Amino acid sequence: MSMPYAKLPAWADYGLIPVINLAVAFVVAGFVVLLVGENPFRAAAVLVEGAFGRGQGIAFTLFYATTFIFSGLSVAVAAHCGLFNIGGEGQGYIAGLGIGIVCLAFDSVLPWWLTFPLAIIAAAAMGALWALIPAYLQAKRGSHIVITTIMFNFIAASVMVYALVGFLKPPGSMAPQTRTFLEGAQLPKLNWVIELFGAKIRSAPFNISFLLALAMAFLVWVLIWRTRLGYEMRTYGHSSKAARYAGISETRIIIIAMMISGALAGMMALNPTMGDQHNVALEFVSGAGFVGIAVALMGRLHPVGIVLAAILFGMLYQGGAELAFEMPAISRDMIVIIQGLVILFAGALEHMFRPYVQALFASLSPRSVGIEAIKGKGA
Amino acid sequence: MDLFNAIIQVLDSTIRLSVPLLLACLAGLYSERAGIFDIGLEGKMLVGAFAGAAAASVFHSAFIGLGMAILISVAFALVHGFASITHRGNQIVSGVAINFIAAGSTIMLGQAWFQQGGRTPALASDERFGAIIWPGADELRSVPILGPIYSELISGHSVLVYVAFLAVPFTWWVLFRTRFGLRMRAVGENPAAVDTAGISVAWLRYRALICTGVLTGIAGAYLSMVQNGGFVKDMTAGKGYIALAALIFAKWKPVNAMFACLLFGFLDALSIRLQGTPLPLIGKVPVQLMQALPYILTVILLAGFIGKAIPPRAGGVPYVKER
Repeated sequence: MSMPYAKLPAWADYGLIPVINLAVAFVVAGFVVLLVGENPFRAAAVLVEGAFGRGQGIAFTLFYATTFIFSGLSVAVAAHCGLFNIGGEGQGYIAGLGIGIVCLAFDSVLPWWLTFPLAIIAAAAMGALWALIPAYLQAKRGSHIVITTIMFNFIAASVMVYALVGFLKPPGSMAPQTRTFLEGAQLPKLNWVIELFGAKIRSAPFNISFLLALAMAFLVWVLIWRTRLGYEMRTYGHSSKAARYAGISETRIIIIAMMISGALAGMMALNPTMGDQHNVALEFVSGAGFVGIAVALMGRLHPVGIVLAAILFGMLYQGGAELAFEMPAISRDMIVIIQGLVILFAGALEHMFRPYVQALFASLSPRSVGIEAIKGKGA
Repeated sequence: MDLFNAIIQVLDSTIRLSVPLLLACLAGLYSERAGIFDIGLEGKMLVGAFAGAAAASVFHSAFIGLGMAILISVAFALVHGFASITHRGNQIVSGVAINFIAAGSTIMLGQAWFQQGGRTPALASDERFGAIIWPGADELRSVPILGPIYSELISGHSVLVYVAFLAVPFTWWVLFRTRFGLRMRAVGENPAAVDTAGISVAWLRYRALICTGVLTGIAGAYLSMVQNGGFVKDMTAGKGYIALAALIFAKWKPVNAMFACLLFGFLDALSIRLQGTPLPLIGKVPVQLMQALPYILTVILLAGFIGKAIPPRAGGVPYVKER
């Protein structure tokens, strides 16, 4: 294996290898299911059936996917700039503060289509602000962004407890959450789109923020591959030395990339608060920021891949809920294990199977991995 | 005298609360000194806690529990090594993965095996590590000042507490007085030099990670078998990350690590003690501020405002033998 990272055909690189990694992750997850004494094949069937079997399931799958598209994009934007933003959880959580304030202030006076843009701005601004400090510290003082963003996750959690217990909850209430938002801060549902295809939905929180997520995926694609800023970010991500040599300001690019990443993470808070629960409660993010890491790695940092991976994880979340209901030995925490395995095999061990795939390709068709050209020169 | 007793009590709980941090922090010290970032301390502690409590309750032995905790925790450390040393994967991604797998599998296996909502059965006293009463502790209790210090602070802890504090000088000795320690520090600073000297970089790093696994296993066992009489889901509650913060705070040095962990443990003990009581001069401090203080302090330190924290130079970079 003298050339471990030699080029594979694009479809193998972007299609086959992620599928192999994912398959291995699921095989290992299958062993965990065996360990608790259930049949992994039946578990998989229940999971898929729960996620896509009925209109209700599809709507929930897409509802979960909405949040994961935002958090996946957030991780990807930072990753293109060579930064690991592990703080999406905290950036999304603190964005709940902005959303809460906007919604509580305007939900009785404005219609939803005016409150929504204001809340988007507030959420993005809070998320970006929460990413700004770690970004500044990384750029100016060289503090490791992974550690600072982890610390900021915990600080965000403390701030939110303080805010919810202190001034966001209605006076006299014991529960640390805001009052229920009025009509003016409830996002319209998109369930009718699925019903167009003949499915029936009792009630599902699938809402208009899904469209915002798709729009953001498109904008991220434009940003990364079609703008000068995106080019600079990718340059910095590939080689900070080359970027410096090309006259790209290190401070500027780190701060901008992290603020965009934070803004995207912040927007993830719109879906569960305004779209589903109609309030801001403790722990409403519930790990979605971390799911973004798995989603971004699975989607190979490309918006299309991220949308697909987000739907996959939405399926796991929705199907996992059904699974927990059908098989008492399996709890919803199975999803967390699968998530971890996906991060392990698609992220940390992403190159594990590459040499084997390459050897296979080389034996089947040497031209596809560029071996023949070298041989031809020799002869 | 009331104030004195209160201080003794706070210090006593400081020791109890800082032990898991200290063990995890020293664990992180081994791997980071060898050039492997370890975000997965949290996850390894969690599996250690679960394996310890589960084995102790099944085999009715605290020591089998401890052994199991160490074994499983080392296994997870080796997975981290496999990904980040053998396959040169991203060490942070691998650590995150380990945390997820640990969080999910402990709850799921716990629920499947014991059917108590992710808990393990409550441990009987002989399945836990009990307190060791030092000679004369009860007789000396009535002696003013020194009596309480001896009988409350020094005596009356479980064996793992003493293990944790003895691990500090031991780690210092290993790191700065043995050949292994010298090589380990070298591999974290300049692996190419170590390789040139004919020493295997990968094997050194694997050994460092085994040390990490042993210590996180003990830390986990402490949580589920000493501090608590059984495993509760997510019982590490971010302690692995605080340990990481303490490690940076301590600038990757063992004795500093002890003081950093005692400081963070003290803040924790104080925030529990002061819940709702107003302080003189400052007034009522929000509990949340006290809880966030270790993280805020770490950020300030990282920003370079309290001295500079310089990590091992090769940290986080997979070693490629030839380019």
